[in-house]
Amino acid sequence: MLLINCPYCDDTLPELEFAYAGEAHIARPADPSKLSDEEWRDFLFIRTNVKGVHAERWRHINGCGRFFNALRDTVSDQFVTTYKAGEPRPEPKTLEAAE
Amino acid sequence: MTQYRVTGRGRVDQGTPVKFSFDGKTITGCKGDTLASALLANGQHLMGRSFKYHRPRGVVTAGSEEPNALVGVTRGKGRFEPNTRATMQEVYPGLKVESQNKWPTLAFDLGAINDRLYMLFSAGFYYKTFMWPRSFWDSVYEPFIRKAAGLGKAPTEVDPDTYASRYLHCDVLVVGSGPSGLAAAMTAGRAGADVVIVDENSEMGGTLLSEPQAQIDGIPAWEWLAGAVSELDALPNVRRMTRTTAIGYYHQNMIGMVERITDHLATLPEDAPRERMWRVRAREVVLAQGAIERPLVFDGNDVPGVMMSGAAQTFLNRFGVLVGKTPAVLTSHDSAWHTAFDMAEAGAKVAAIVDTREIVDIGLQDRAKELGIPVKLGHTATATKGRLRIKGVRVNPVRAGSAGSGHWVFCDALLTCGGWTPTLHLFSHTKGALDWDADARVYLPGRKSEAVQIAGAGRGLWGIGAALDDGAKAGTDALKTLGKSASVPSYEVQKDRIGTGVFHKELPTDRSPGKAKAFVDFQNDVTAKDLRLAVREGMKSIEHVKRYTTNGMATDQGKLSNMNGLTIAADALGKEPPQVGLTTFRPPYTPTTFGAFCGYHKGAQFEVTRRTPIDSWAEENGAVYEPVALWRRAWYFPKAGEGMHKAVARECKSTRESLGIFDASTLGKIEVSGPDATEFMNRMYTNPWTKLGVGRARYGLLLGEDGFIRDDGVIGRMRDDLFHVTTTTGGAARVLNMMEDYLQTEWPDLKVWLTSTTEEWATIALNGPNARKLLAPFVEGCDMSNEAFPHMSVRECTVAGFPSRLFRISFTGELGFEINVPARHGRALWEKLWEAGKQYDICPYGTETMHVLRAEKGFIIVGQDTDGTVTPQDAGIGWAIGKMKPDFVGKRSLDRPDIVAPNRKQLVGLLTEDPKAVLVEGAQIVDDPNQPKPMKMIGHVTSSYWSETLGRSVAMAVIEGGHDKMDQTIFVPQADGAPIKAKIGTTMFYDPKGERLLVE
Repeated sequence: MLLINCPYCDDTLPELEFAYAGEAHIARPADPSKLSDEEWRDFLFIRTNVKGVHAERWRHINGCGRFFNALRDTVSDQFVTTYKAGEPRPEPKTLEAAE
Repeated sequence: MTQYRVTGRGRVDQGTPVKFSFDGKTITGCKGDTLASALLANGQHLMGRSFKYHRPRGVVTAGSEEPNALVGVTRGKGRFEPNTRATMQEVYPGLKVESQNKWPTLAFDLGAINDRLYMLFSAGFYYKTFMWPRSFWDSVYEPFIRKAAGLGKAPTEVDPDTYASRYLHCDVLVVGSGPSGLAAAMTAGRAGADVVIVDENSEMGGTLLSEPQAQIDGIPAWEWLAGAVSELDALPNVRRMTRTTAIGYYHQNMIGMVERITDHLATLPEDAPRERMWRVRAREVVLAQGAIERPLVFDGNDVPGVMMSGAAQTFLNRFGVLVGKTPAVLTSHDSAWHTAFDMAEAGAKVAAIVDTREIVDIGLQDRAKELGIPVKLGHTATATKGRLRIKGVRVNPVRAGSAGSGHWVFCDALLTCGGWTPTLHLFSHTKGALDWDADARVYLPGRKSEAVQIAGAGRGLWGIGAALDDGAKAGTDALKTLGKSASVPSYEVQKDRIGTGVFHKELPTDRSPGKAKAFVDFQNDVTAKDLRLAVREGMKSIEHVKRYTTNGMATDQGKLSNMNGLTIAADALGKEPPQVGLTTFRPPYTPTTFGAFCGYHKGAQFEVTRRTPIDSWAEENGAVYEPVALWRRAWYFPKAGEGMHKAVARECKSTRESLGIFDASTLGKIEVSGPDATEFMNRMYTNPWTKLGVGRARYGLLLGEDGFIRDDGVIGRMRDDLFHVTTTTGGAARVLNMMEDYLQTEWPDLKVWLTSTTEEWATIALNGPNARKLLAPFVEGCDMSNEAFPHMSVRECTVAGFPSRLFRISFTGELGFEINVPARHGRALWEKLWEAGKQYDICPYGTETMHVLRAEKGFIIVGQDTDGTVTPQDAGIGWAIGKMKPDFVGKRSLDRPDIVAPNRKQLVGLLTEDPKAVLVEGAQIVDDPNQPKPMKMIGHVTSSYWSETLGRSVAMAVIEGGHDKMDQTIFVPQADGAPIKAKIGTTMFYDPKGERLLVE
């Protein structure tokens, strides 16, 4: 069972408290009516499906209830970091400096 | 004293006999025996029959890796367990054991005919043998396979035992309590770390239990072991657990462990669970699991009496049992020589030590000479004699790889050793890399992905001294990462048995290899010939070879067979083992009961049952329940002698004619409040909310961003900044999650609060022409007239003195009210309405009647009439879309090419030509029933009921282009009988003008 750090609770807790919520950093367009069919299709359905570090959303559903973002390695299943919703995706350099 | 017990040897209590039964026969063992050691003490090697060929089999190991000695154990009523390993089951007075896979008896088994039909059952036989003729499948092949399949008998009774679950956190978890595990635990424990050490056996010590001759720092091994155990027990920061198997190694150092608590006890303690599943989160893990001895592969290597030499050593030194009086040894490793020496010293006459190697340590050869044991170097084994027990082994000298002429060595046991395989199952669970050591020809632990140390034989080290030193180092390394330091203790070991050996593919033979039954996997009856056949037939990866032959797929998961299988397959392919691959080890390490995994989650505790505040009234009044999401809901209220059909017909009629009362408390309820509540509602739901006045209610429709219907419900505006949102019963949590998602991540600027209030309110629906007459006298603070309180309104008032949110809405088409009161008043209000309603013949109804009444009106149920691919237009509720709104969730998708394409499946009503025919929900619909099969299916029935009100059946369906097919005829083919003919029409079957809502 994974351990996940909730950036709002600032606590590392068992996976059972959390729910996965899809790929991160896919913002809903401000005015969907301006999008072409292809652009709207991409927003709805097209995901990166990376092998490696994946930015994804989680919700601390059985805890504080907040949605947040995480970087997780899809090969090792290990969390690289978690960060609050709205914050930019951490750059690899920032991560190294933090270590 | 039994025939094969050696007085003064072993750790069992030879003064305390234990009587138990094996296949109905009383057997006497000693306190401390396993079933295997007790049977061996009585000269019984034959313990079971093999899976495929029903060949007689004896015990081959002394541990949890045992493939052969699987038995059925009865511990009282309901407590039967098949496939218990005789090497792990401890004996106690009264234990009842039966052997498996035999008929009529273990010694004479008719199923052994399979053994003579060997050619039929070679590798891949399932794929080849049963192909044709087709008609043989049902009558011949399947019954045969079903009878042959399965190992042991499945228990038939409900398991009366309980199983527990616990969490545990520690600094260092040590798996295995041989010399390396003990040294690691002592090192870490002395430094103050929280240590847990576990072992699957009944006592700690591992190899030390089987090698009492060793001296550690001048102290005899067993004395040293007792000291180590009491030192660990004296440390308050160390927890020692025996009979506990670490079954799986999961992410971030979580280890699953099963503790067996009662299986070894004659009397079950009250209230003790049978087993306990531990979920351990350790900061550091030390794996000290040792190594498993590898069998040698030669013709007849599965006859009872052929066993691993290390097992014989354990049976002698730990249990005081000689597995034979004239044993022979066949080995490619030094360790088996010591077994021969120990047995000779204990009084056995060792027939020979046969070693495949030309050159063996001269010290060993000298010792054999001293004990008068004949030695044959550079020999192979080519056959065995004996069926129920080995009588002899045919050995041949090997020159330049080929076997010369053979002769027989007569023996009553054959102790073999083909080298030792490091036990790395748990390490493999972590996805840690296994590196091939080309010199030692074993896989050793490589790159690690968890905070783990591997110590001792698990990383290829040999001997007690090396294991102790390596364990101490692993303990120190674990401490280091915890920020603690300790000096590494070192150990001086005398009479240590250090040794080397080589590994083989199947041994060379002078006979036709095609006729050899040289077993690789004892449990699944896979031979070397099968593996080579698999390669010849095109299997190139070890994963394919494994599945084609079933090598390593039995309950022992190939602990003995995997490496031999790989070596032989690699040889057949002309490659090195690492180029052929290694099959993946998966949890659990040893077979684990379902009970241990279930823990407390069984029966009523399997999942929660949600009950409404009115549930107890329904139960007292004979409701039949149905599960809806996690709720149990009253389905219908049968009177004496009524079935469901009659009860529902009566409930429908009473409600339409006078008055029905329904518990709607399970409806999801969400309060949307805050200054931006209206804007939020406008963005989430399809409908416009800006102009909905306070005190008014509206049907709300929620789409996904893809444009498909997700949920619906009536929404009341309580104040300018407060909406009372209702959702479907099953959708409540999903809808709240979706709202939270948008609010937190897309529109964090909106000042809105979302609160689940589902369980705050009890909701009672009153429906029928007399609904107002009943309700009005109870209401204060609300003018109940049609003009002041029209359909689709909501008021805050009191009902029977209880504060209430009173809706005038209807899901039945009748005059209807839904009364929300605080949950704690739900049952009290229900009873008041019930009493007063008797003057109107009030009728409680359940979910089935609710479904029928709504279907008569064409109201959809999300998830029944929709399936995640239905748009508002498809469902015929395009009117619920706020056309003027610039945006809402899913709006853009309503213009997607596929959504506006013609011929989508659309929701329509169906009336069968025969009014008595009730269609089956889910039935497929076709245009032309006479077309050839497979027919083109144009839709399916989503809802279908008998309507007592209309005196005929009604149904709804989704049909391609259905809205443009009004009055057309379609057909619903039946499995038996003629297709049912029906006509497409409106879904509004009853009171299409809605006049019944307006009853004065």
